[in-house]
Amino acid sequence: MVDQTDHAPTMGIGAYVARHIREYGLLVALIAIMAFFQIVTGGVLLRPVNITNLFLQNSYIIIMALGMLLVIVAGHIDLSVGSVMGFIGALAAVMIVTMGLPVWLTMGVCILAGMAIGAVQGYFVAYWKIPSFIVTLAGMLVFRGLSLWLLAGQSVGPFPQNFQLLSTGFIPDLMGVGRPNGLALASGVLAVGLILWIGLRGRARNARYGMDDEPFTLFLIRNAIVAAAILFVTWKLAWFRGLPNVLLSMVVLTVVYVFLTERTTIGRRIYAVGGNAKAAKLSGIRTERLTFLTFVNMGMLAALAGLIFAARLNTATPRAGFAVELDVIAAVFIGGASMSGGVGRIVGAVTGAFIMGVMNNGMSIMGIGIDYQQVIKGLVLLAAVFFDVYNKNREA
Amino acid sequence: MGALLRMDRITKTFPGVKALDDVSLEVAEGEIHAICGENGAGKSTLMKVLSGVYPVGSYEGQITYDGQPAAFGSIRDSEDLGIIIIHQELALVPLLTIAENIFLGNERATRGVIDWPETFRQTEALLAKVGLRETPGTRVDTLGVGKQQLVEIAKALSKNVRLLILDEPTAALSEGDSQALLDLLLELKGQGVTSIIISHKLNEVRRVADSVTVIRDGATISTLEAKGLTEDRIVRDMVGRDMAHRYPERERRAGEVVFELRDWNVGHPEQRDRRMIRDLSMQVRAGEVVGIAGLMGAGRTELAMSVFGRSYGRDISGQVLMHGRPVDVSTVDRAIAAGLAYVTEDRKTLGLILDETIRRNTVLANLGAVATRGVVDDGRETEVAETYRRSLRIRTPSVFQKVMNLSGGNQQKVVLAKWLFTDPELLILDEPTRGIDVGAKYEIYSIINDLSAAGKAVILISSEMPELLGLCDRIHVMNQGRFVGELTAAEASQEAIMSLIVRE
Repeated sequence: MVDQTDHAPTMGIGAYVARHIREYGLLVALIAIMAFFQIVTGGVLLRPVNITNLFLQNSYIIIMALGMLLVIVAGHIDLSVGSVMGFIGALAAVMIVTMGLPVWLTMGVCILAGMAIGAVQGYFVAYWKIPSFIVTLAGMLVFRGLSLWLLAGQSVGPFPQNFQLLSTGFIPDLMGVGRPNGLALASGVLAVGLILWIGLRGRARNARYGMDDEPFTLFLIRNAIVAAAILFVTWKLAWFRGLPNVLLSMVVLTVVYVFLTERTTIGRRIYAVGGNAKAAKLSGIRTERLTFLTFVNMGMLAALAGLIFAARLNTATPRAGFAVELDVIAAVFIGGASMSGGVGRIVGAVTGAFIMGVMNNGMSIMGIGIDYQQVIKGLVLLAAVFFDVYNKNREA
Repeated sequence: MGALLRMDRITKTFPGVKALDDVSLEVAEGEIHAICGENGAGKSTLMKVLSGVYPVGSYEGQITYDGQPAAFGSIRDSEDLGIIIIHQELALVPLLTIAENIFLGNERATRGVIDWPETFRQTEALLAKVGLRETPGTRVDTLGVGKQQLVEIAKALSKNVRLLILDEPTAALSEGDSQALLDLLLELKGQGVTSIIISHKLNEVRRVADSVTVIRDGATISTLEAKGLTEDRIVRDMVGRDMAHRYPERERRAGEVVFELRDWNVGHPEQRDRRMIRDLSMQVRAGEVVGIAGLMGAGRTELAMSVFGRSYGRDISGQVLMHGRPVDVSTVDRAIAAGLAYVTEDRKTLGLILDETIRRNTVLANLGAVATRGVVDDGRETEVAETYRRSLRIRTPSVFQKVMNLSGGNQQKVVLAKWLFTDPELLILDEPTRGIDVGAKYEIYSIINDLSAAGKAVILISSEMPELLGLCDRIHVMNQGRFVGELTAAEASQEAIMSLIVRE
């Protein structure tokens, strides 16, 4: 029999884009939406103060989207994150404001509490095989109720200065330039350099193993857009107050989770469990433990989001985090994750969260009522998922 | 008798692939016509063209049915003329009753109100016709696959079938059920129903078919009278070459005992007092291929799964020894660490992650070997996948293909690659050639022989007796959770195995 050792044919740019339409489409959609709101808001959207606001407003959604992506890739869902986020904020308020405990202790306890909440929910999902929809629906009610109880129905605040910095603080300009902020500019340039270096190194490695790769022109165009965006954003931030603390934690977390999902064995195994749990189990993967851990992780990130949110509002309210789970889940699905598990990327989820964030922000600036905002966000979610399904059908 | 169906020069193109290239098929009224061909040869595509799944206009060529040119826009159109197709994956609704399934979409009703007495009466008549002794109110999920197949045929009969198309009807059936189904086909033929049967099982084809059309690479190779036709001739046309030996030669030499099972007992996962495996013991030596024969439901898969990380059953007792030392096989990762590998019966739902690439599936069971401190080296991963692609001859443009795009035989090779990469000492192969074509089967057999030559111990579970006879050094015959006999290669024959099974 003839051994066919033909290599992957080198594809044209068009064919490559067609095959990766989802990833490029998402980037193009984000740019288009930003351009649209930039025009209709008369340039308000991309003002330094508003860009800073965009990050501050959406940080907690993005942070939770990282965990939600893992949960959804593993084939589950977590409806409780909004309530958990609110509950942790309430817990922090009670500990700091009412009981006067130190901030560092409170933060430690809150993160551990979030993990414990995730562990309990994950235990029922992973080891008792109760559908995650039901377990976390119960969690959503329980923790909404518990935050009401903790706060006794009142808003509790304000927080001390050092806790607020978690969300509203800015990294001091180490370069000492002042305005524009030297650190912001330098880190923008550094980030662009790093992204290019990693990209080129990856291409070299792919070429060595004969993997089919993005055409070089496309690589340049894509990176040029990303680089321009980063430099633009850091330039703008430099003219306001520099790099927000929250931006730093967001970027670090995103990088960590990209690495975790794409390069580590544990990431691979989560995708395998979501892709086919039975086959994964029969391949020696401890599927229950992995599922359990994705929920623990989700609980941890929901707690972090809760702290950041409370710090930003400078108060804990019983309604904090209400319906936020829907924004988080929508961001992950807009980002291309599949409801049936096994498919989805961190970068997609983060982009999806930004798309939601820019729309929220842009529509608010335009003064569009909350009623229409909901309708439009819903339609965007439907359109994104329709686009996925349409492409999948066309492939088949 | 004249031709009931003529498909003339059918060509069907998918983006980038010519699935059918000038295929012609002529089926005489009242005959049983077999279509044979390797996986991916185009058999199913041809049947989809015929039944209107691919509507007229999406293919080139001419279909003449019952003397009239036919242009089917949908399945409904072809069904109206009595062309009914029964797919490999049965299309019954498990939670509905037999009667509800048979008349689904075709209800006995006046103005939307179902006439249940009439439905049940007609169902009973149909069940009698196909020889299924069940009441119309029985829920379909309580029936075995064989009986479900009969329900499908009864459903076809309810639509006044003239041309019945069966796609691999016996692939999932036991020997007994298969025989009953084939007898039914012959009986229907007596009543004037014409059938087209797609099958890999050439002995069945020879038994029931009047003529045979062989398709290879999307083209008709030959149409032959079944009378006096030999299996070798069909195989030759299917693979395009002579296959002197259906089973590759192997030097048989057994080394020391690698794997031993002692007093293995397994309880049913739900029914507490039911034991699925009873006091079972066995040994496999290095370089030995040991077969396990038995009917469906004899407990063969249950045995394999219970040994492999207790993936089946409860209250498991007994001992597993490797090289004479007891080992812990209580979870799958421990079983793998002990040197066991299990190639599952159902590769799509239990063996592969279809949405992932060949590369990722290959390393799945031994991810640690291509990773350093938990970080996967995708270069090393690619090299591993490439090595197995070449050595197992997985036919694919690259290891970055998703496995769902591969044919059955190539998918099975990916599963084998996954387990070979764990470097096991004992491989348990559960129906490794089910549903794959003759050429790929031969390659799988060669791989099994290479493994045993390399000193691996192999347990082969198979429902195809010729396969067991062609490959194994010893064969255990299993029935109702026990070994009821053991035959050496010299003693074994289909008759000997069968008589051991029925003697119980």
